[in-house]
Amino acid sequence: MEDVKKLEEFQAKIDAEIKIEPKDWMPEDYRKHLQRQISQHAHSEVIGMQPEGNWISRAPSLRAKVVLLAKIQDEAGHGQYLYAAAETLGKSRDEYIEELQTEKAKYSSIFNYPTLSWADMGAVGWLVDGAAIVNQVSLQRTSYGPYSRAMVRICKEESFHQRQGYEIIAHMAQGTPEQKEMAQDALNRFWWPSLMMFGPHDSDSPNMGNGVKWKIKRETNDELRQKFIDKTVQQAEVIGLTIPDPDLKWNEEKGHYDFGEIDWDEFWNVVKGNGPCNKQRLQHHIKAHEDGKWVREAANAYAQKQKNKQLVA
Amino acid sequence: MNNTDNQGDVWEVFVQSKPGLPHKHAGSVHATDKEMALQNARDMYTRRNEGTCIWVVPLDAIVSSMPEDSGSFFEPSDDKIYRHPTHYVMPEGAKHI
Repeated sequence: MEDVKKLEEFQAKIDAEIKIEPKDWMPEDYRKHLQRQISQHAHSEVIGMQPEGNWISRAPSLRAKVVLLAKIQDEAGHGQYLYAAAETLGKSRDEYIEELQTEKAKYSSIFNYPTLSWADMGAVGWLVDGAAIVNQVSLQRTSYGPYSRAMVRICKEESFHQRQGYEIIAHMAQGTPEQKEMAQDALNRFWWPSLMMFGPHDSDSPNMGNGVKWKIKRETNDELRQKFIDKTVQQAEVIGLTIPDPDLKWNEEKGHYDFGEIDWDEFWNVVKGNGPCNKQRLQHHIKAHEDGKWVREAANAYAQKQKNKQLVA
Repeated sequence: MNNTDNQGDVWEVFVQSKPGLPHKHAGSVHATDKEMALQNARDMYTRRNEGTCIWVVPLDAIVSSMPEDSGSFFEPSDDKIYRHPTHYVMPEGAKHI
């Protein structure tokens, strides 16, 4: 009975746009939904460093290299903001990392695709970060305070990412015929997986129901995907590249682009772990984590020593 | 928490964006000691000239009021409208007050 009343008060706060803070009462399902969503988001930021890290040592100029390093450092920071937000829900960083490494938690499937050429650094920034921004701008208004604050901070930093990617791909599209071909090839490979980043159609999405009612998600997968397509088509036209979708067409009546059928078999196949790089990404994460173990141990031993010294003094 | 493989303690980070302004909560970091907390906070929260000064505070050193106490804690000020300047009636024509 108590819970029914609490649940009503909780929903009333959500409806009145009052943010929920860590110490507030919340339904167990709300907590679980957030733990899953925020940690998945954090894991995506961290795993997302790998496809770009692939190109640090082969960046074509010093400028490109410092930019790429700064961008990857940002992604690490974004992962940290999000883990910190997720930790306020009563689960430790170690537990979240363990869930990732034992495949109980997911990360965005887009990072299971390889980055084969320098043009892919352009496509990733332009499309992958572009899609992420559409989602994250919407999430700035999410109902959970710490998640919302992390999103505000991330959004401020993210537009640099998209612009640097677009600059790379625009530059290549204006280059030699071979360079233009690389740019087009990168767009061809990243376009559909970028659309899949928004998740299944609303009609097939298992996690939607309460997410919208509780204002964790402010817009649905399909709404966000449409927004992304609508703003990206013109950007492709400006740099003379062709979006690989013969059904893509402006719909005057709706005021939106119509687009072709997404290959959901491919989506689910990658989600289930059979994408081109799933194993590599996870193995690399585990290796980096294990390689860093002695550093954590040393830091803890040092902290303990300092504490003991203080006790003696 | 497993003592030999953990991520350190949580420290809350407060950043002063320029001299004269108050330090504002920016977020948190993990660290095993003060120095690491300060360095991690710099790397995480001031990558774009956001600050002139950083405070880091161990999470367990912060004492917070609790949501369930907010009634008894904050409501007593509700009926003390005489604490606001608008409560007072000024004589007609008085200026700069």
